[in-house]
Amino acid sequence: MLASAPKFLAAGYIAKFQISPRLAARSYDGPPAKGTIILAELVYDKTGRLLFTKEMKKEYTILVPQMLPDHFAMLVRIIQNEGYKVEMLGNTGKPVIDAGQKYVHNDACYPAVLVIGQLINAVQSGKYDPHKVALVITQTGGGCRASNYIHMLRKALEKAGLSYVPVISINLSGLEHNPGFQLTLGILRKAVFAILYGDLIMNVGNQVRPYEVNPGETDRVAAECVDFLLEGMAQGKGLSYKSMVKNFDRIIDRFKAIPVTGEEKVRVGVVGEIYVKYAPLGNNNLNEFLLSEGAEPVVPGLLDFVLFKIYNRDVDVDLYGGKWIKQAVCRFLLRYMKRYQHALIDALKRSDRFRAPGDFDELHSYIKGYLGDGNKMGEGWLLTAEMLELIHTGVPNIVCTQPFGCLPNHIVGKGMIRKLKDDYPWSNIVAIDYDPGATKINQENRIKLMLANARGLAKEHAAQEAESQQAREAEPAAV
Amino acid sequence: MSLRIGIDIGSTTVKVVVLDEENQLLFRSYERHYSKARERACETLRSIQDKLTGQEVRMVITGSAGLGVARASGIDFVQEVYATAAAVNTYIPGTDAVIELGGEDAKIIFFGGALEERMNGSCAGGTGAFIDQMATLMNVSIDELDALSLKHEKIYPIASRCGVFAKSDIQPILNQGGRKEDVAASIFQAVVDQTVAGLTQGRELKGKIVFLGGPLHFLQGLRERFVETLDLDEDHAIFPKDGDCFAAMGAALCATDYAPRSFDEALKLLEESVEAKNTVDTMLPLFDGPEQYEEFTVRHDANHPPEVDPQTYAGDAWLGIDAGSTTTKMCLISPDGGLLYTYYHSNQGNPVAIVLEQLREIYRLCGDRITIKGAAVTGYGEDLIKNAFSCDLGLVETVAHYNAAAHFNPDVDFIIDIGGQDMKCFKVRNGAVDSILLNEACSSGCGSFIETFAKALGYDIAEFSKLGLFARHPVNLGSRCTVFMNSSVKQAQKDGASVEDISAGLSISIVKNAVYKVIRAASADDLGKHIVVQGGTFLNDAVLRAFELELGRNVIRPTIAGLMGAFGAALAARDLHLEQSTLLDAKALETFTHTAKPATCNLCTNHCSLTVNTFDGGRRFISGNRCSRPLGKEKVEMPDLMTYKYKKLRAMEGKGEGDGSRGRIGIPFGLNMYENLPFWFTFFTRLNFEVVLSPESSRKLYLKGQHTIPSDTVCYPAKLLHGHVEALVEEGVDAIWYPCMSYNNDEGIGDNHYNCPVVAYYPELLAANVPALKQTRYLDPYVGLWRHKDFEKRISKLMEAEFGVPARESRQAAKAAYAAYDAYVHDVRETGAQYIAQARSEGRNIIVVCGRPYHIDPEINHGINDLITSFGFVLVTEDALSYLEGYAPRHVLNQWTFQSRMYNAARYVCTQSDMEVVQLVSFGCGTDAITTDEMRDILESGGKLYTQLKIDDINNLGAVRIRIRSLMAAMDARKSREAQAAAPSLGGGGAA
Repeated sequence: MLASAPKFLAAGYIAKFQISPRLAARSYDGPPAKGTIILAELVYDKTGRLLFTKEMKKEYTILVPQMLPDHFAMLVRIIQNEGYKVEMLGNTGKPVIDAGQKYVHNDACYPAVLVIGQLINAVQSGKYDPHKVALVITQTGGGCRASNYIHMLRKALEKAGLSYVPVISINLSGLEHNPGFQLTLGILRKAVFAILYGDLIMNVGNQVRPYEVNPGETDRVAAECVDFLLEGMAQGKGLSYKSMVKNFDRIIDRFKAIPVTGEEKVRVGVVGEIYVKYAPLGNNNLNEFLLSEGAEPVVPGLLDFVLFKIYNRDVDVDLYGGKWIKQAVCRFLLRYMKRYQHALIDALKRSDRFRAPGDFDELHSYIKGYLGDGNKMGEGWLLTAEMLELIHTGVPNIVCTQPFGCLPNHIVGKGMIRKLKDDYPWSNIVAIDYDPGATKINQENRIKLMLANARGLAKEHAAQEAESQQAREAEPAAV
Repeated sequence: MSLRIGIDIGSTTVKVVVLDEENQLLFRSYERHYSKARERACETLRSIQDKLTGQEVRMVITGSAGLGVARASGIDFVQEVYATAAAVNTYIPGTDAVIELGGEDAKIIFFGGALEERMNGSCAGGTGAFIDQMATLMNVSIDELDALSLKHEKIYPIASRCGVFAKSDIQPILNQGGRKEDVAASIFQAVVDQTVAGLTQGRELKGKIVFLGGPLHFLQGLRERFVETLDLDEDHAIFPKDGDCFAAMGAALCATDYAPRSFDEALKLLEESVEAKNTVDTMLPLFDGPEQYEEFTVRHDANHPPEVDPQTYAGDAWLGIDAGSTTTKMCLISPDGGLLYTYYHSNQGNPVAIVLEQLREIYRLCGDRITIKGAAVTGYGEDLIKNAFSCDLGLVETVAHYNAAAHFNPDVDFIIDIGGQDMKCFKVRNGAVDSILLNEACSSGCGSFIETFAKALGYDIAEFSKLGLFARHPVNLGSRCTVFMNSSVKQAQKDGASVEDISAGLSISIVKNAVYKVIRAASADDLGKHIVVQGGTFLNDAVLRAFELELGRNVIRPTIAGLMGAFGAALAARDLHLEQSTLLDAKALETFTHTAKPATCNLCTNHCSLTVNTFDGGRRFISGNRCSRPLGKEKVEMPDLMTYKYKKLRAMEGKGEGDGSRGRIGIPFGLNMYENLPFWFTFFTRLNFEVVLSPESSRKLYLKGQHTIPSDTVCYPAKLLHGHVEALVEEGVDAIWYPCMSYNNDEGIGDNHYNCPVVAYYPELLAANVPALKQTRYLDPYVGLWRHKDFEKRISKLMEAEFGVPARESRQAAKAAYAAYDAYVHDVRETGAQYIAQARSEGRNIIVVCGRPYHIDPEINHGINDLITSFGFVLVTEDALSYLEGYAPRHVLNQWTFQSRMYNAARYVCTQSDMEVVQLVSFGCGTDAITTDEMRDILESGGKLYTQLKIDDINNLGAVRIRIRSLMAAMDARKSREAQAAAPSLGGGGAA
């Protein structure tokens, strides 16, 4: 049934948002499950994939792995509002890694180990009836092996004797369909809001937290913001452009009100493979570590990644050919979402307090001379663009995070550092590998080196400034 | 200004220095701390207390292990690389780069312009610790290793990435009689290569270079290797007098910025600080108490073969020798398997000498009463020992181990053997070894790792492992590569874990490695019901117990667990039923001599590193060869599609049918060009360009581009590209054509047709990292070939813009190119079909090598194809068969063109009785983490064997040979089983 997938993917086809009734109906003719004590009937599609049925929608709890706590909390609430039972997982630590290592191929990338470990650990925890849960995992559908997580998860479930647990793929490539779970246009539209709110809270939070006078206040305010947004969403509020802009101001005001010290701190950008970049479980609490070292983390938002993935389909048509209509849909979507992104940037600019990130087009403009528009696997050119944007906005100190052996990052992460250094000699980038065997102490030592370098560079810079200042002052006298 | 004290706490040593106002050294010390770093530092400080008491000092701590101490004591901390840079700036101004090797880390600091600092990543393994480990392996002290290296004659290529790899390279060289001097120098060269390759990351090491750190301070041989490799003269290679203390001196210099305090107060802070203990991650103890241990030992001691007294026994006997990687094992048995004589000892890098001595001893014991009727040898040193002593039989170790295990339990269905260097597991089905799992080079060395660690902590291995038996809180060290484990152990020590707990933790880790990494089992039932464990490592009760606990089931460990290979070989010798053994007799041993000389075979491009062993009476044995040519025999030319394709592609250069008038286009011969070259060759020659291919890959070519490789964990085929493009620049071509291709051709057999990210975008990486490319026109546009019309449109636009080629011409050239590519594909399929037909007419088995198109590069596969055909197989590749199966859904996302072919080829092989698959996997290939499991599933569910060969820049085919021979043995066993079904036969393992 997926035979058509490669073609429209390759041609830059855009997300197939609604499952066609024909496909849904055909999906029902599969063998029923063997006799277990299950309420919902197990239904398979023609390829033998276990489907998430409409019946399951009523009875099953959908478990969602964690990546960005605030973003995902809101995304989960949005899906709940659509009548699903959804829960975001919070289990973490060693049991998660152990479960991952036990059931995932040892050479698989670290995010797979963690995400699958978290899901399986949750199913086995005894907190849920394993016969009444379904798991969610994302699929980007790109050429990176991350698109295979879902298959690794299924293999892992089988190994763990849990093959009766259905897995739902969340993707914008139309990769797998489930009759009981549909990413409707409505959900997707709301998801965009959740991402924007999440990005804003993360952005201003990072700008306030290192300087807060009362420890913990920023986190408290962030939690409050998420709460009022969630409350609003439950009533269908905050999900229009207008109300979003209002909410932006409200959020910014709340963060502005947090008392801060006036000290100056080294700002450190965090870029990388999307999971280890964001998930504390993946990057050994990188944010916390940077804070403890007296630095201000600068973490680019999630929306750019979404825009990037849509843009890829647009540019594929230019590069390789394809239907103009698909391109038109992509471009429409891009325009639509860019408008929202600008609202966020404008709100930050209005704040007179917070620095605003560049927009997607600005990011894109940076990669000329570095990478082509077609570099799209994993984080693709976006990762390099984010480093460039950071450097251009006065954050030359960057942690580039990647799972050990991450394929796209060989190119767009580690592979671009040399050139960045050539072009921006003061840039100070450290590439950190994450995997189950890497010790935290080693990672932290490398980051400390980058920080020492950053402070040294800042000092040097200040000295140079002072010198040129002196020179300027001395000049008229000499003449 | 007050005195400044710098303390550098490294992973193995503590350095303390005191500087005066003029930055002069007043005091320095360099001591090993044996993981008691803080105490050691205090002790040193107390030794100078009488001089400094009452004075104001500024004290700063640095070093990889110094952070915890600094935090706990409240003394200021500076990052060590930063400290080193400060010292170099002060003492050796004008420095361009610093190379510093420490116990566990390697660093390069680039000066000049902005300071740039590189440290080894989490993979690059240890350096000082690595040298320690290698010295232990060779049974010499560090100083001896150094002295040896200065007398080298040749350098062996040794994998330069991590210690484990190097170890699996060195061991066979030693076992095959390579000179210790050469190996010693090769070890240092590996460190140099690792540092240069891993850390320069696109920046060249030139100008004035300062060498720092303990190993570089003490080891002349290592210095020599660096100076020679980097081609430095005396003015540009600086080895400062206090090079081992520079980080500490730098810390003292940095101390200027920090507040002073009295010396006594600082010392007190340090003395009284108790490092905030991380909660060490612990596990349940191995034994609840002595009673439980007692019961355990009784159970296992019951598996004991009868012992026969050689002093009184008279009759026939058979000898088995297991020349393992680190140990030599021997067994002399009576007809019923009784033990007459056994031997188990470290081979100390010279198995021949050990066996010689033991044989003499055995002949003495035998006297006239016992006749040795047969001798068989197995293990890494099989060929050498077999030739040295004229043994009757050499057999692959997997078969030897099965023979032995079946002797103890005929129902055995799973055998796991953990030796010093490697781990072998095999399932037994229907009385034959069915599926073989060898540990990948990455997790090997487990048994000897414990030993090295025991030694590092000052224990012998038996004592050390006993410590773990009753540890209350074994440390959880995880299950991964031993290099990582090394750091975990250090961390556990830092966190206050006891030696007992670490010992137990190490034993458990080894087991976890075996179960979850090598076997990749989810439960005990995955293994089998009748499990026999063997290998020297299982003699360690802690490991055995950990294994039983991990599986939740009892297993059989014969008391001769360490001797099972030799025992199995002896049984095989017995089953030969020989009248007379060819084994050298006592008299021949008297005049036995052995010398080994290194040599390089220059008969083909493989340039095998040979070891020529000469024995008394002019007998010679050459090892390290892939084919029979250096032995003076004609190379047997078996049909080999890898060679065929390679030759065919290599011929695609020059002007073709055109006149070359538009200029010379350089095409790097690597990665996807092995697939797309037929297309581009025709495309460009049609347009009257001359196509210039980069030279054939070689180690030399790799080294040429090595300094521009930004990511040391990327696969070797990709790394080679750096050399290829540099060579093209040197060639002076008008332009280099290396397009980015997210997608490859759509063959309709997968869910998509991507290239992997590395193949797709490596052109852009080269553009950003290879400075030489600025001298040429480097074209790396995004190109897609699968939509012919769209491609024609886009390429003609591009060719017009770049070269002024009229669009019409480009279109025609594109059409011709498509036709040429189709013709190439067709030819490969046809030739494959011919080879298969030939194999069938000659009654030969067919090996289908599944990999990527670029795996046919001899520098990438290291001549594996020659090795395979030398065993009498006919070799075809995946792309010759993949078209014979259509699309089928897979349990993985089948989205890469090259990988899809492997699945289809495997499916086809399942339908053919005379075919088996060997999958080639490049180390570091991320996509193969997915394909290997799927390939195994396809093949095993189709009743086939799964054999995977991991390849790297490693040049050692020992492990490959074991796998291929095991595969042969298993195929033979299958055949004889099938024959048995027809008529009762002798059966047997069928080892060569």
